[in-house]
Amino acid sequence: MAVPEIRNKHRNNSEMHRVMRQLKKNKLAMIGLVIFAIEIIVAILSPYIIPYKYNAMDMTSVQKGPSLVHLFGTDELGRDIFSRVLYGGQYSLTMGVLATFISTTVGMLIGAVSGYFGGKVDNIMMRILDVIQSLPNMLLSIVISAVLGSGFVNTIIALSVNGLPAAARMLRAQIMKERENEYIEAAVSINCSRSRIILNHLIPNSFSPNIVQATMGVASMISIAASLSFIGLGVQPPIPEWGAMLSAARQFIRQSPHMVIFPGLAIAVTVLALNLLGDGLRDALDPKLKN
Amino acid sequence: MTPIVEIQNLKKYFPTAHGMLHAVDDVTFSIEKGKTLGVVGESGCGKSTLGRTIIHLLESTSGKIFLNGEDITSVKGEQLKQCREKMQIIFQDPYSSLDPRKSVEYTVREPMVVSGRYKKEEIDKAANELMELVGIDERLRKSYPHELDGGRRQRIGIARALALDPMFIVCDEPVSALDVSIQAQVLNLLKELQIKRGLTYMFVTHDMSVVKHISDDICVMYLGQMVEKSPSKELFVNPLHPYTRALLSAIPSTDIHNPNKREILRGELTSPINPKPGCRFAARCPYASEACHQPQKLEEVTPGHFVSCCRVHEL
Amino acid sequence: MNDNTENKNFLDIENLVVEYRSNDQTVHAVNGVSLKLEGGQVLGLVGETGAGKTTIAKSILRILPDVSARIAGGNIELEGKQLFQLSETEMQQIRGKKVSMIFQDPMTALNPVQRIGEQIEEVVSLHNRGNHEDHVKRAEEMLEMVGIPKERYREYPHQFSGGMKQRVVIAMALACNPDLLLADEPTTALDVTIQAQVLDLIAELRKKYHTAMILITHDMGVVAQTCDMVAVIYAGQILEYGTKEQIFDHPSHPYTIGLFGAIPKLNVDEEWLHPINGLPPDPTNLPQGCPFNPRCRFATDECRKKAAEMMKTPDGHDCRCIHIAEALKGE
Repeated sequence: MAVPEIRNKHRNNSEMHRVMRQLKKNKLAMIGLVIFAIEIIVAILSPYIIPYKYNAMDMTSVQKGPSLVHLFGTDELGRDIFSRVLYGGQYSLTMGVLATFISTTVGMLIGAVSGYFGGKVDNIMMRILDVIQSLPNMLLSIVISAVLGSGFVNTIIALSVNGLPAAARMLRAQIMKERENEYIEAAVSINCSRSRIILNHLIPNSFSPNIVQATMGVASMISIAASLSFIGLGVQPPIPEWGAMLSAARQFIRQSPHMVIFPGLAIAVTVLALNLLGDGLRDALDPKLKN
Repeated sequence: MTPIVEIQNLKKYFPTAHGMLHAVDDVTFSIEKGKTLGVVGESGCGKSTLGRTIIHLLESTSGKIFLNGEDITSVKGEQLKQCREKMQIIFQDPYSSLDPRKSVEYTVREPMVVSGRYKKEEIDKAANELMELVGIDERLRKSYPHELDGGRRQRIGIARALALDPMFIVCDEPVSALDVSIQAQVLNLLKELQIKRGLTYMFVTHDMSVVKHISDDICVMYLGQMVEKSPSKELFVNPLHPYTRALLSAIPSTDIHNPNKREILRGELTSPINPKPGCRFAARCPYASEACHQPQKLEEVTPGHFVSCCRVHEL
Repeated sequence: MNDNTENKNFLDIENLVVEYRSNDQTVHAVNGVSLKLEGGQVLGLVGETGAGKTTIAKSILRILPDVSARIAGGNIELEGKQLFQLSETEMQQIRGKKVSMIFQDPMTALNPVQRIGEQIEEVVSLHNRGNHEDHVKRAEEMLEMVGIPKERYREYPHQFSGGMKQRVVIAMALACNPDLLLADEPTTALDVTIQAQVLDLIAELRKKYHTAMILITHDMGVVAQTCDMVAVIYAGQILEYGTKEQIFDHPSHPYTIGLFGAIPKLNVDEEWLHPINGLPPDPTNLPQGCPFNPRCRFATDECRKKAAEMMKTPDGHDCRCIHIAEALKGE
């Protein structure tokens, strides 16, 4: 009795391994992963590998274009932009990723509870989120940042509020859809607790849109961080956070475009890498897209 | 012999924006051990709701439910959990009844994992035995639902339902979504398992040929009301309720030389929301009379053959 | 081509081959199907999921998805016209007017945000000159004809039940008196008593307008009730073809025999059903030789090497099998 062959012969079948195997097949996603990994490694090693100290001023080499001595040129205080970009990676990457992680995770938990229980719980939570969403992103972050004060950790908290309502709503919508499936009824019939149903069955089947949203979220976090720095909140100079560097260099864009280009490129490359990775992750996480 | 399942005057109503939906309205029957009760009816008759209410996926509105002689109508907490283990369900849609992100092995193991009473080795062994029992080849056991066809997915659903060794299984249209050649495989499997394990089934379907093949007794429902219940063969030989007769006559026969004489029903189903008292089929019944608008009684016309029709003796 | 007058060869499908391409896989949906239909006749196309039935219907109307589907061979002739050689504009004249289709799922076949009367009127106005009032009048006539009071003209699909939605779909399909109706499992999603009403309605309208029909279904009971000719299709090939009497009284292909055996029958008491072993083939990876050979009791080496030609059975109908004699002797 001939039976159609199943395409993938599984060696090790845990979910993680399956996802990693699937991800490896996606060239673009791997490029994104590699770029991002390189950025992280460079950022971590930056204090040891940068040619100049990030805040070392040299008033004799002000606003010089890229050269062999200063790979990315210098800024208005003669600081080496290359060193600043590498060093600043620690701040920008961490803030962007950490703030996104917090906002996505907290948002998803809220969305999951809201979507699963519905009724009053859902109503209350959604109204609170409505209030948060009705304030312009920037405004809320500014207020929180002003209250907490400037600084690295405070800025991350201020940033986290941003993607939260969107993450919550996105997951809630997916959960409300998945909830109607019979496998959820089946889970009830075998005595699964509510938390098991939510964590084990509903969330894994609902969170893919959140992955893509999260990777794009990092970009917007970095830009909001920049704006906060620009108005004196967030991370303060001389810390070379990329967004802050970008804002500070705006006034020099005509004379010394290199001051804008390199931090801008750093942000752009990060965003691109994360998007590619995010797309790949989303595809890899979906067992149905395997073939 | 105590029947495995008995329900008395079971009702399940749903409040809606337009009024109260009488999904299941005053249904009474019992099922003996090792037997299959087929429940047939068309859309909106409440057969699926009935199954889910009996096994406590839905909370009944009123009436009583007995499992092996014990009143389980309002069990809660730990007792409810134990009850649930004894009553399981096989779903209709092989595509949405399995978690797409879990391997089929996980799905079969999960009931035992959740119950917390078994060691890992016991669970692994039991899961393998179950999958072998339902005919899932070893190399497919770590696959994901979308890699398998409908028939195999249904077999996994059956394995899951058997995992906790239940005494009663509600089969909710388990073969309706399958191709004809696969249907026969799954129906044979269900019968085989029933004999091997002494299972009791409530088999819900809209397909009369399937229900005749697999049931010992059949209960016909219309808009939440039970209109007729009789031993399987007898229902087809001597259908008493006008709806049953219309239903049977509507089935297109594969015997091309003896086409059915058909009693075509007028009109559409009436609404189960805030229904008027009396027989709900009266609006479409060719024999409706004044008395039909009074609440009908379930009468045992011949041994084991129950009908809910005030005009049954005249017709 | 011969120019056949009268009803012969109203529809002539010759050696149709259709495939779907996606990434690196090719789905061989239809593999050399030849069918003929006379005017006013009903052909039942019977097969299970994935056999290629819907693809054939969509090929006649040329509504296969542009990107993935490819008509890789064969031609379809309708009243002497070669359909594959017509331009898109010419095809638009045919769709809805000469040939129309009833799709499988009434729940999704209607536009949810358009009133049902307008949906019928749209079909009418696309193919008929005349003013708006005439078209509305025609649409109202069609509603009445399918048993829906014309007062419901301005209602939306969600206000109708499944059976009534299907009637609206039928009204749309027949609004321009097509010569050929393609019905893709028109009653599968409906309750059996509603199915009886809808099948009766289709039969009545067909008789009135002398419409030919290809009825796609997997339900042998429906075939028995409505069809003149029957074609059994498996893995994109016609395995058996004949009149209803020939197919029901003397099924000759092991697959057809298997199908009949697997259906629970109302008039026969059986302890166990007789399923067909195995599974339908993977259309991206069809077996060599006869597509049914992996599941066939009578398969021999020759079956595994080469696909069979169409042969004639003792009672004169077509069967694609070299073991007809054994299959008929059977059990």
